[in-house]
Amino acid sequence: MVNAKINGIPVQVAEGTTILDAAKKVDVKIPTLCYSPDLSPWAACGICVVKVEKNPKMLRACCTPIEEGMSVITHDPEIVATRKTVIELILSTHPDDCLQCPRNQDCELQRLAADFGIREQPFDKRLRNLPVDDSSGSLIVNAEKCVRCGRCVTVCQQMQNVWAIEFLGRGEKMRIAPAADVKLGDSPCIRCGQCSAHCPVGAIYENDQTREVWDNLMKEGPEAKKCVVQIAPAVRVALGEAFGLPPGTNLTKKIYAALRRLGFDAIFDTNFAADLTIMEEGTEFVKRFAKGEGQLPLITSCCPAWVDYMQKYYPDMIPNFSTAKSPQQMMGAMIKTYWAGKAGVDPANIYSVSVMPCTAKKYENGRDKSMWSSGHKDVDVTLTTRELARMIKQAGIDLLNLPDEEADSPLGPYTGAGTIFGATGGVMEAALRTAYTLVTGEELKDVNFTGVRGISGIKEARVNIKGTEVRVAVAHQMGNIAQVLEEVRKARAEGKETPWHFIEVMACRGGCIGGGGQPYGCTDEVRKQRMRGIYDDDERQTYRCSHHNPLIKQVYQEFLGEPCGHKSHELLHTHYEEKPLYLK
Amino acid sequence: MPETKIEFSKELRDFIEEWKDKPGNLIMMLHRIQNEYSYIPREAAEELSRLIGTPLAKIYGVITFYHYFKTTKPGKHKISVCLGTACYLKGAQSLIDEAESILGIKGDEVTDDGLFSIDPVRCLGCCGLAPVLMIGNDVYGKLTKDQMPEIIAKYRNA
Repeated sequence: MVNAKINGIPVQVAEGTTILDAAKKVDVKIPTLCYSPDLSPWAACGICVVKVEKNPKMLRACCTPIEEGMSVITHDPEIVATRKTVIELILSTHPDDCLQCPRNQDCELQRLAADFGIREQPFDKRLRNLPVDDSSGSLIVNAEKCVRCGRCVTVCQQMQNVWAIEFLGRGEKMRIAPAADVKLGDSPCIRCGQCSAHCPVGAIYENDQTREVWDNLMKEGPEAKKCVVQIAPAVRVALGEAFGLPPGTNLTKKIYAALRRLGFDAIFDTNFAADLTIMEEGTEFVKRFAKGEGQLPLITSCCPAWVDYMQKYYPDMIPNFSTAKSPQQMMGAMIKTYWAGKAGVDPANIYSVSVMPCTAKKYENGRDKSMWSSGHKDVDVTLTTRELARMIKQAGIDLLNLPDEEADSPLGPYTGAGTIFGATGGVMEAALRTAYTLVTGEELKDVNFTGVRGISGIKEARVNIKGTEVRVAVAHQMGNIAQVLEEVRKARAEGKETPWHFIEVMACRGGCIGGGGQPYGCTDEVRKQRMRGIYDDDERQTYRCSHHNPLIKQVYQEFLGEPCGHKSHELLHTHYEEKPLYLK
Repeated sequence: MPETKIEFSKELRDFIEEWKDKPGNLIMMLHRIQNEYSYIPREAAEELSRLIGTPLAKIYGVITFYHYFKTTKPGKHKISVCLGTACYLKGAQSLIDEAESILGIKGDEVTDDGLFSIDPVRCLGCCGLAPVLMIGNDVYGKLTKDQMPEIIAKYRNA
């Protein structure tokens, strides 16, 4: 342990703790901009400078370990003036269009400028007139607004191991861009959106498609379509943050009510489709595991960023991928076939919206022709949680005071297994709950598989299904997956048995609850709270296994036949192909 | 992805193999590639990325960080004008301006006939000759801008 003082307050912390973290412990807030608790400190901005007694230099609190006997001063007139100058310098290369910026009122630079009472700009404005890159369809890069904090690049390279973007050039010409200045849409980008979730300003943000949705909701007369919507598991425990609620607050029933007020004709829940995914993927697993039909390990395919990554970086694993579509796409297909038939609506007249914690879902809905399995685009447009929050605010809906409402049946009611899809380990746990029954014909006494829950990057578990051991692995945060897949490759090359039978992968840290389209400011603390919200929702449900959902039974009886049957293959399954890292 | 693939010479492949696992290797290998091609073609960066298992983004981070590495093919005659302190003070910028105006190019551009490009460089190591420029291995010192047309003409007709 190290004993030191911060502004005269004694503090005791573990060796190696930074001044920034030590200060937090004694309730001293040192302002930061480039620092993110998810990433190793980059020390790019210089806003966190502090003084240490008997040291003539100012030090950066984010990357300086506190030492025994150190006496740190975090605030004095000189330090505050220095920080203010740093902010003024950053503002001198930053456009002044805050009012039109997607990050207006949710921008870390704007907040600093407000906190420091910036009232004038003493330095000449030097803008670079860099073009906006909107090629990806999911994410927009406006390099002009970049403050060169380095978070997006570190996220893309270190956290996600994707390497889509890099700093090109140096000094004042330095900018964030893919290699060789290709467009983001032609780069290895998997559209996970973690860059946008970590960007402190409006330099990388989701492609806002709310205008298009509003237009469809407002149409009248013969042009008007039936507008339907589905919400993903992770949205319900994070949306509240945009309305001042703590992370993890479950707003499912208020979101249903808000969506009705926005003008949607039918409200469905992606959790129901998650139950459907489990029926399909669980059956697929049992076929591969118990009947030897197909390769092991089976790897989950619900995460579109992961699917894209696999197609680019691990095409040799294509035969291991579950052919089951993601819940979003299953719901899309069911809405324009099964529900359209039941409701007597021409599928051509349905406008199907999904609300996801995810920017990659915007791309998934048009990924290949299997996303038109109903004969129409199964999901017309995907909004992120952040976009939904904006729509609710624009519509003047007092979300928190709305009465609770229910989703529409039959594509609404869900089980606990469906809801836990939103957290890392959730798909695995949900699949195991049903696979157990499919293999043994018996029901589990305890449905909780706690070994696959939690925030650690790679989780392993052994599950005993009546004497047969199933080895499973769960990885989240793209940068963690290489380790798992390299082991699979190695065993394969050596002709050994696969280390795991079933592997779940989600591209974002924490799973979908930490998705790139979720409200800003996500840290591990926030992720844990959102996860808590998800597992509480699971425990509250009457049914906690997908195969118990009475409406799932109904759709198989009335429409689909059997899991992995002919109709399922037409509507609920897809295929994958190898993709080049660079399109141009 | 670039349409054409590039095949490295055996010497280049051997060099990359030798340096593959040594620290600081990327810069060494890029130097060698630029020596061979006079710049770093996209295809060469792709091939290097494949051979050493380093992401293309990282390679471009390095190429674009160092002024020395070029991503576009320079002219047959590269006019390297020294912008070191002594040359700068002696008016080297006016040599660049003059050359740009004679050749009708700016920045990294190359003349339409592919003959000339201009490359501002840091100290060439002969400050006594300031302001100085090099074309190929020829050094021209103590220049004034009105000497530029003659020098350029020499290479144009060569």
